[in-house]
Amino acid sequence: MKQGRSALLWTALILILLGGLHTAWRYFVHQVPLLPGSQQTYWDLEARIEMEAEGAPVKVRLAIPQSQPGFLMRSEHTASPGFGVSFIEGDQRIAEWSIRSATGTQWLYYRAQFQFDPKRHIPAVDHAPELMPSTWSLPLKAAAAQILRRSWQESADPFSLAKALAERISNENNQNGRLLLSEMSASEAMVNLLNDAKIPARILYGVKLEDGRRRQALQQLVQVFSGQNWQLFDVNSSVSLDITGNNYLLWQQQAGPILEVEGAHESRVTFSMLATHEPASSSVNALAVKDALLSLSIHSLPVSEQALFKTLLLLPLGALVVVILRVFVGLKTSGTFMPLLIALAFLEMSLTAGLITFLILVSAGLVLRQLLAQLNLLLVARVAAVIVCVIGMIALFAVISFHTGITTGMKVTLFPMIILAWTIERMSILWEEEGPLEVVKQGGGSLMTATAAFLLMDIYEVRYWMFNFLGLQLVVLALILIVGSYTGYRLLELWRFNPLANQAKGRE
Amino acid sequence: MLRWLRSNFVSPSRLRQLGVLGLNERNLACISAHNPRASFPSVDDKLRTKLLAQDYQIATPALLSTIHHQAEIAKFEDYLPKQGGFVIKPAKGSGGKGILVIQHTSGGRYLKASGEWISGQTVQRHLSNLISGLYSLGGHPDIAIIESLIHSSKEFADFTFEGVPDIRVIIYQGYPVMAMMRLSTRDSDGKANLHQGALGVGIDLTLGTAIQAVQHDRQIFIHPDTGSVLQKLRIQNWQYLLELAARCYDMTGLGYLGADLVVDARLGPLLLELNARPGLAIQLANGAGLKPRLQAIDQHRAQLRGPAEVSDLRVRVAQKLFTQQVCSEEPLNVE
Repeated sequence: MKQGRSALLWTALILILLGGLHTAWRYFVHQVPLLPGSQQTYWDLEARIEMEAEGAPVKVRLAIPQSQPGFLMRSEHTASPGFGVSFIEGDQRIAEWSIRSATGTQWLYYRAQFQFDPKRHIPAVDHAPELMPSTWSLPLKAAAAQILRRSWQESADPFSLAKALAERISNENNQNGRLLLSEMSASEAMVNLLNDAKIPARILYGVKLEDGRRRQALQQLVQVFSGQNWQLFDVNSSVSLDITGNNYLLWQQQAGPILEVEGAHESRVTFSMLATHEPASSSVNALAVKDALLSLSIHSLPVSEQALFKTLLLLPLGALVVVILRVFVGLKTSGTFMPLLIALAFLEMSLTAGLITFLILVSAGLVLRQLLAQLNLLLVARVAAVIVCVIGMIALFAVISFHTGITTGMKVTLFPMIILAWTIERMSILWEEEGPLEVVKQGGGSLMTATAAFLLMDIYEVRYWMFNFLGLQLVVLALILIVGSYTGYRLLELWRFNPLANQAKGRE
Repeated sequence: MLRWLRSNFVSPSRLRQLGVLGLNERNLACISAHNPRASFPSVDDKLRTKLLAQDYQIATPALLSTIHHQAEIAKFEDYLPKQGGFVIKPAKGSGGKGILVIQHTSGGRYLKASGEWISGQTVQRHLSNLISGLYSLGGHPDIAIIESLIHSSKEFADFTFEGVPDIRVIIYQGYPVMAMMRLSTRDSDGKANLHQGALGVGIDLTLGTAIQAVQHDRQIFIHPDTGSVLQKLRIQNWQYLLELAARCYDMTGLGYLGADLVVDARLGPLLLELNARPGLAIQLANGAGLKPRLQAIDQHRAQLRGPAEVSDLRVRVAQKLFTQQVCSEEPLNVE
């Protein structure tokens, strides 16, 4: 017993030491700042091309981005086993892959890193496209003219006109706007209208920058010119964008195809993106990639993998919270690590929205499961039926919240549904056997644990540390080991055994 | 705030002084240290416990039949006794979950212990859930055990509401260290389950008489349903009962064990089931901590020379060590 304890303490000590060393190394050698904020934001963008080669020579041309106002390109590289790569500069930069012969599924990667730098002046190397005469079909002509006239009155310059137009087109209650959208996309309608007003504009494809998104498609953006300046508008989201707003990055500089493939079929390209925060002073990223093996840094992985790890690396902290609450406090939860999964779902929504949806889902599930009990089913079938019902409820939720304008409901899909179905089944049995009080106790314990885990994992600094200083994972592991060997009393036991102490006092 | 804390919470140092065993310490120092993993199945699987008990000639309620497969449930009546009562239990259940007590059968309907009549379909559904693993520890498929009904001994009739009271004895390294009787109440729905509201009555190891009683972890003096004074509770045949419990150690090899016994009106003390993770409420029922007693047994075993003691000797040693007066007045030295 004694020996086991000292071995454990030594293990924990060594883990903490290793973790500390790695953290210090990241700080001093890689110069990763200890606090987020004093650093630059970098966007890693990755295009992944997938296709079925037919055994003939394959040639792939992918339009690639370049520095643009707000974003400075720092580095780019490609990964493509067996393919030859060349970059073609020009008005539109293009990466060209070619191979003599290939069969089967092929993957090509293009990865670029942009530094987000709104203050730096980067000239917009562009000339306005020529005006195209608009070709409205007869029924649309009047509607287009009306929209243009109203918007023109409300605006002063090309950009404010574009803004007014975008608002009209994307407004669902605007009859004229609806009419236009019946024949063309919102972006096309916008370009046509602007051309009618003698303002050069075109549709370009760009990426909406959201940290940690994977398998995204490009979005249509409208580029509106005023002399040598231009601005981007996203008609679909009806938010006009200043180019220095860091939301969108143009993938193209000129209208044209994004991907051209010869010699293969079923080709498609998807995009992943990730924001990293690194000090501006040093070329940290180059360093991180160079000695990737030595630093065991996940920052050298493809962007889409890294995005996954951003959440995964938070899980140990949540597990630590579960262990602490169980061992030191003695909270009862239904399913040991179920609260952790709930907390993960909370991370994707807000806390209140998460709590409310969880409560509604579970209580509705309990009622449903009560109805199912009447049908006399086998256990597995009953839980499966609950799963189907839970998914149905979530769909209903998403629809209702969408139409009432609450967007958080849409993310309910992230709740771990299988776990939820089992929770409902267990709670229902608990209700029958031990009464509602026990259900409230365990449910409350689970929610408290989930909330505590969420509050810890939601702290911005904590997320930054866990992702950028991997050594901290070892420290968390050490803490879990130490907590796991605690043999003292739990907080709730101090309450539970209180009468015993009172009796002993009475006897004395 | 501070006053509220002080009146509702006891300080850890005071608990330590009283020798109360906490859950963390129970898990690490008792269960992990003294219960070898390989011996758990003989306790967690009640069917195996029963068969093992027969080998060791420890009396248990008679096994009537077992149901292993869903297909057998359609004809479940073939497995039940033609008349009289029976008990359906999950082989791998825990905490008294999934136990169905039928007092009487008549015309395809079944009388539960609570006095409620249920249909054959309800019994069928219960069996189906049970075999699917709803009540088993890890949700694994389970076996339904059908055993004969226990007829509660007359001596306890005034102390229990509906259900059969059972006696929990904690056996440490083969020595009984603490005992309590669990009496069902209206609150507990006739079940002898403490956290559902059954009464826990601490029992003096030497005399077999009540020390004190608790309900929901708080002290109580009179049975809330029958009105009997709990202090008057006395268990006949106590010595034999303790020896029966102590023999379970030889049977399982578990160093920290909870034995649940019942007293049948005709057959006398029977072993109901064993528990490798017995709870800690027994300390409240006895108004005493377990830790000094465990240490006393460790000390006694360290001084022991020659062959290991047999069960009846172990019971007498324990009785000498733990008569209530001895324990509360002389704090035992720690190591």
